[in-house]
Amino acid sequence: MAESSMKDPIIYTQLERIEGPLIALVAALPGIGFGEAVRVVDLEGRIRHGRVALLDGDKVTIEVFQGTTGLAKGSERIRFLGHPITITVSESIIGRRLNGMGEPIDGGPPLTGVALNINGSPLNPTARAYPQDFIQTGITGIDAMNALVRGQKLPIFSSSGLPHDQLAIQIAQQAKIRPDLSGSAKDSEELVVVFAAIGVKHDVAVRFAEEISGRTVSFLNLADDPVMERLLTPRVALTAAEYLAFELGLHVLVILTDMTVYGEALREVATARGDIPSRKGYPGYLYSDLATIFERAGRIKGKPGSITQIPILTMPNNDITHPIPDLTGYITEGQIVFSRDLFRQRFYPPINLPPSLSRLMADGVGEGLTRSDHHPLMEQLYAAYARAEEVRMMTRIVGEEDLSTVDRCYLEFGQCLERLFIAQDITDDRSIEESLDIGWRVLGCLPREELTRLSTQLIETHGALLDEELDQGLEREKD
Amino acid sequence: MSARTIRISGPVVVCDHAEQFAMGDRVAVGKVGLIGEVIRLTPTECFLQVYEDTTELFIGEPVTGSGSALAVELGPGLLTTIYDGIQRPLALIQEQLGASILQGAQAPALSRTQAWPFTPQQEIGTQLSGGAIIGLVQETPSVCHKILLPPGLAGQLVHIAEPGEYTLENPIARISCANGQEHPVYLYHRWPVRIKRPVQQRLSPDLPLITGQRIIDTLFPIAKGGTAAMPGGFGTGKTVTQHNLAKWCDADIIIYIGCGERGNEITGVLEDFPQLRDPRTGRPLIERTVMIANTSNMPVAAREASIYTGITIAEYFRDQGLDVALMADSTSRWAEALREISGRLEEMPAEEGFPAYLPSRTAEFYERAGRVRTLADETGSVTAIGAVSPPGGDFSEPVTLHTQRFVKAYWMLDKNLAYARFFPAIHPLESYSEYESDLAQWWEKVSPGWQRDRDELVGLLIAADQLKGIVRILGEEGLSDHQRKTLMAERVVKEGFLQQSAFSPKDRFASPEKQACLLRVIIWRIRALLEDTTPAREAFAKFKLNELIRLKDELGSDETEKILAWQKVQ
Repeated sequence: MAESSMKDPIIYTQLERIEGPLIALVAALPGIGFGEAVRVVDLEGRIRHGRVALLDGDKVTIEVFQGTTGLAKGSERIRFLGHPITITVSESIIGRRLNGMGEPIDGGPPLTGVALNINGSPLNPTARAYPQDFIQTGITGIDAMNALVRGQKLPIFSSSGLPHDQLAIQIAQQAKIRPDLSGSAKDSEELVVVFAAIGVKHDVAVRFAEEISGRTVSFLNLADDPVMERLLTPRVALTAAEYLAFELGLHVLVILTDMTVYGEALREVATARGDIPSRKGYPGYLYSDLATIFERAGRIKGKPGSITQIPILTMPNNDITHPIPDLTGYITEGQIVFSRDLFRQRFYPPINLPPSLSRLMADGVGEGLTRSDHHPLMEQLYAAYARAEEVRMMTRIVGEEDLSTVDRCYLEFGQCLERLFIAQDITDDRSIEESLDIGWRVLGCLPREELTRLSTQLIETHGALLDEELDQGLEREKD
Repeated sequence: MSARTIRISGPVVVCDHAEQFAMGDRVAVGKVGLIGEVIRLTPTECFLQVYEDTTELFIGEPVTGSGSALAVELGPGLLTTIYDGIQRPLALIQEQLGASILQGAQAPALSRTQAWPFTPQQEIGTQLSGGAIIGLVQETPSVCHKILLPPGLAGQLVHIAEPGEYTLENPIARISCANGQEHPVYLYHRWPVRIKRPVQQRLSPDLPLITGQRIIDTLFPIAKGGTAAMPGGFGTGKTVTQHNLAKWCDADIIIYIGCGERGNEITGVLEDFPQLRDPRTGRPLIERTVMIANTSNMPVAAREASIYTGITIAEYFRDQGLDVALMADSTSRWAEALREISGRLEEMPAEEGFPAYLPSRTAEFYERAGRVRTLADETGSVTAIGAVSPPGGDFSEPVTLHTQRFVKAYWMLDKNLAYARFFPAIHPLESYSEYESDLAQWWEKVSPGWQRDRDELVGLLIAADQLKGIVRILGEEGLSDHQRKTLMAERVVKEGFLQQSAFSPKDRFASPEKQACLLRVIIWRIRALLEDTTPAREAFAKFKLNELIRLKDELGSDETEKILAWQKVQ
């Protein structure tokens, strides 16, 4: 598909219409394909890239990724390339720094290898291998409570000013497979990180580049880069990731940040096209469009590599019901949600447990994968924390004096969970066993009869941990 | 003069020579033969929705009609197969094309080479009408497939094959129609997906579909042939609940439609179902299952069709006198596909960009469910259970509201229950079922006194909910001892009865007997608790409520005696 033959280079020089990022022209040439890549060379010789967005008789509408500012109706040179937008990939792409369209910006040589259509093709569900290999990220709030497995797409729902970049960097640095735990995972090779910056600030991009050690490919569309190009960046990055994972057999971690900016770019283009808006002005196909990005994670039967995605998005105004986090949550396999409240109390990582979830956890943890108590312990901690939050709400209204003894225990449990279990240092790389043991100790705050999610047998086995003293210095704080 | 493409806008393609096509015709678009369907005809132009990616399609490419509507193939070979939204067998496509679904992929929905053991059921010379059973094929050890005369065909049987092995290519019978023409009959026939299959009579749904999930069967039951909707925001467990229903409900056939959902989840089902056993037959669940998977990244138009493909297959099994349960996860994605196509057709939007025909299409779909007397005079049913994914968890959005109007059971999934990992996260007060009174009689036969027990349980939930309102203002210290014990009792009901773990080997499926016994024991204990004068803080231990909560996980469906024995525990 990628190497379709080059057509006669008929070059068009007359535009009929220029509107927003779209240009329209009359092209007598049959055989212009829908979605075909276009190169526009303006009067000053600058090259812009575009894509065929609509074919209507002999009228062709093209979306120009670098915008239309400076284009005039006459004498621009427009050439149809005869193939969809592609990126050239080979193993040598590892270590490179590229722009949002996949062109080198590190001063190195041009990319060599095979040209691949950046849109990919949908993976046949029968060809997928079910993701089950537990990845230890060293972060308790993820490993113990929302475990990540190879081939999963687990986004971070954050807000401006919260340390999502820090967490993504920490995951990229610490993530490993534990072959000693699991029978199915045989290897523990290093991850290759594919980093796609979509309209992020310059310093964020620099920080990722500096702090992620090891093998990385970066695709950078910065905040001041062309808006339309943002629609390509995640696709270009995932095409490279697919090549690394499924052709070269590597384990790839893809970090996409910030998907909210991506959604906004899509809205901008959709509005220019005149698409009918649905919620908050986003086009009705936002779900399908995001799905073509997020579904490009996973494993394929009979192939050794994997693509694990950690998309980051900032919830506008902390609103999880905003279309972008909302639709993302419907597509991805769970989400890690950040809380500004926890961050204000200086807890890192500020993972807000109740709305956080990993859908693939159930099949990736437990006996023979991590530890037999993992899943029930997680459920018990979640149930107890939900109760603790309820009690907290109640305390704000009725005061602590009117609480029952059990409710007071829950209050203490909630605080211990946040301080000792969720919060950890940015260099703290906890093993899953450590994380689970802390969970048991924190549960020790509660009377035994409250632990109805755990079987009597499990409580007996881990009873010693329940009785262990928690951190002595823990002072109860009241607000 | 053949038709050519003149306009391409994503999945909507326009061609000329509109006079060559009829609405709903299946067409092949372009040189690669992308599959499409005619959705609008104007004096000169024909609008098509294309079920595949249209990238690299040119202006001026040929469009050829098939002369027939988008249809599915119905016959032996459906079970255990996984199809995409337009009934292309995904496993076969993978064999041909590898891991990705490429443009123009084609394969017959039913194998033409596999031979099936056919046993005739009719004698030569019999007058037969459409829908009659002419023979049997044991398709899987759990399901005997009845070969039907296609509805609409009637006449005298002039030939029928001997018992033996036949492929789908071999005619197995010949019918002589009233006009003297003879028609060959095969093991399979085609049926257009957008037209409902005829029945003799619709029956009232008065038998429960047992799902093995207590909160559904006991509180908000669904009848065989009923309709239910399950709305819930992301992470509230729609998919897991749908999977549980597909696994454990007592239907003969399961049609599972993954409509615009996650690829990995479908893979999970494909790995799970061959291994899980049907609690009634002991056979692998996959043997009674047809899967339709049109994941979120697969073309949007095929997602729109997947719902119809699924319900047509469901009706076909119903016509064989079987009870079919259809799960559609999620109907919101189907509605969004409608919206996307409608937008590309530049139709006037009604609410939130959805087309004005959204309610009528929704009604049409759910009305194809029902318990019926088939043309062959058997009783069969299609139960339709649709998941709804309201954007932003807002239950007042159009898809949720319109669906609610056309279904009789409404299982509302609650975010807060899910946050506490309380599953199934069906809200015990906001959900409802209109089948409840119809099915009470059935339950009374399982366990006399069931109705009273159930009403007591509901009464307790309501009382506790009101008390919680007081607690939120006054604190728990403001409650009387009896009120505190009511809250305690509610906890026992919620944790010990309503909550049910999909991972608990003894409790993931609860038989009606187990449900009724557990209900009996819990209600009996709670009555004792509330009547007793023990102070609340000692009552929990005295009445062994902790053990009572764990009972569901410790005793399985075959240990109802032991559950009932709890009535005697002091």
